[in-house]
Amino acid sequence: MDRTKAHPAARAICLRHGDRPDALIEILHDVQTEMGHVSDGALAAVADALNLSKAEVTGVVSFYHDFTRAPRKELVLQLCRAEACQAVGAQALFEWAEARFKSADGVEVKAVYCLGNCALGPAVMVGNRVYGRMTEEKLTRLAAQAAVTEGASG
Amino acid sequence: MSAPVKVFVPRDSAAVSVGADEVALAVADEAKKRGAAVAIVRNGSRGALWLEPMLEVETQNGRIAYGPVDAGDVGSLFDASLLQGGDHPLRLGAPERLPYLANQERLLFARCGLADPLDLDAYAAGGGLAGLRRALTASPADIVAEVKASGLRGRGGAGFPAGIKWETALKASADRKFVCCNADEGDSGTFADRMLMEGDPFTLIEGLTIAARAIGAEEGYIYIRSEYPDAVSTMRQAVRVWESAGLNRPGAAGSEKLFRLHVRMGAGAYICGEESSMLESLEGKRGEVRAKPPIPAISGLFGKPTIVNNVLTLASVPWIMAQGAAAYAKYGVGRSTGTQAFQLAGDIARGGLVEKAFGVTLRELVEDFGGGTRSGRPLKAVMVGGPLGAYLSPKELDVKMDYESLAAAGGMLGHGGLVVFNDTVDMARQARFAMEFCAIESCGKCTPCRVGAVRGMETMDRIIAGEDVAANLALLDDLCELMTDGSLCAMGGLTPMPVQSAITRFPEDFRPRTRSES
Repeated sequence: MDRTKAHPAARAICLRHGDRPDALIEILHDVQTEMGHVSDGALAAVADALNLSKAEVTGVVSFYHDFTRAPRKELVLQLCRAEACQAVGAQALFEWAEARFKSADGVEVKAVYCLGNCALGPAVMVGNRVYGRMTEEKLTRLAAQAAVTEGASG
Repeated sequence: MSAPVKVFVPRDSAAVSVGADEVALAVADEAKKRGAAVAIVRNGSRGALWLEPMLEVETQNGRIAYGPVDAGDVGSLFDASLLQGGDHPLRLGAPERLPYLANQERLLFARCGLADPLDLDAYAAGGGLAGLRRALTASPADIVAEVKASGLRGRGGAGFPAGIKWETALKASADRKFVCCNADEGDSGTFADRMLMEGDPFTLIEGLTIAARAIGAEEGYIYIRSEYPDAVSTMRQAVRVWESAGLNRPGAAGSEKLFRLHVRMGAGAYICGEESSMLESLEGKRGEVRAKPPIPAISGLFGKPTIVNNVLTLASVPWIMAQGAAAYAKYGVGRSTGTQAFQLAGDIARGGLVEKAFGVTLRELVEDFGGGTRSGRPLKAVMVGGPLGAYLSPKELDVKMDYESLAAAGGMLGHGGLVVFNDTVDMARQARFAMEFCAIESCGKCTPCRVGAVRGMETMDRIIAGEDVAANLALLDDLCELMTDGSLCAMGGLTPMPVQSAITRFPEDFRPRTRSES
């Protein structure tokens, strides 16, 4: 059975990358960005298009932190908890944020390890933008603003 | 109407992280409101990051800098005749005369922060392309000889001589060869690769093009971590500008051979900064490290001879080709030639990028450039060389910053990151974190790293909880020895370095504690 027909969007992404197995990570980035996660259907379609086994693609998806098998929350707050940010209080900020947004609908607090903003920490990334010298107050404001634009409720 | 006044507001993501975009918008709004003709240039950052957003105005007397500027300051700056370089509490004067910048030795970062990073004319006017021009008239063997003679060593952490790597790849015969740039800058405390890619991307492309000519490669890859979306986007745009200008022809004069350069984005895996793991990732696979030999210069990407170099290694090559190996080797000490982009991070008053010749002391960097801690608290430890480097104590600040001196002091240079910690840091927790980080990021291929990191974390938990501390410290020491000797790559092999350096230098943090302390 040609499973690629079952998932035209994933099929189109693979075509865009010439169905090249070495482009698998680029393809998965596009799937993750366009569909919010790598679903079973998308995974099967990608495997078929690249002539890989589903096990191989699953292995790659599970290896990299950027790919998820389930949809993420609407708002992902990526807090750096690597050493340079730890030196300016990132661990406390992270623990505070986890507690603060635990029951907030549509908000996920995710630990990341270095955003390359090590002189102006603690650093937080929302979407493609990094925010420096983060505080509890600024993070509350940032989440509220992002919630307005992204439709999540904090 | 007079020509618009150039106002520079960095587009570097560190500057943007503290409001540079908002400042640029405010300048445009304010100028419009006042009917002033302004041309806003989004330049790279000069690297004095504690002054970001640092705004510069081009006046008849050269550029005048202001910083750190908040969008709310822009009105008062215009009131103070900003466009004529007028006086204001935020006025810093000529940026090149700021001691932080004036006291550096900038070869690699000479152009960073001066212009729009995608302006190829500005790049050439600033000395760019001179190295490539010379390389195009030299034979591949001559290029390799020049790089070898410069003494340039890998800036990613391992410090392997670049010229020897290139020579191996040049001598290998194959139908295809590759040049790969490792821009998976994952060490906490480092951001020099990011700054260069966002602020002066053509230098890296020029270095890669020269490398391609040196070994006879027609294809190259830049592997950038996904945490750096701005760098990915700037590099992709820069490659297009480069190709449109017809600069992607590294072959002999008149040759129609093209050098095709791809920008690939990682997917959030620290281990992909290890070169063989990066090659696996470029092939679309799990980023698991490969056993060596064979080395990549013999059998690398898709099994072909490949040179893998860090951003700063490749970006040093245009200067070396333009000015000559001898001029480069005048900088530095012993077998550490040239300059290193040190990155001042963590609890530091004047954080940012400091490019100095090897041999500068840690004290000069942390105290003279960095101004001590940002918090004002006493300094307790400096992590040198990232999460696989050592924690040094304040007693060791006079160590010279070069490959050999640091190794002799029981540390390593790594990618040149310095993370400053104040006296509130608990070194036992830092040691635990080193193991935790290894457990999270281990590729899983070899047992000492995959299992060792987890066991190390558990053992540190027991030490912190005060359980049988002496016995557990002995166990941890054993485990560290096994990880060092038995791991396949530097991830498991060097994770013991922060752990053991913390234990050796800060034993008071590892003594049995009462329950309330843990």
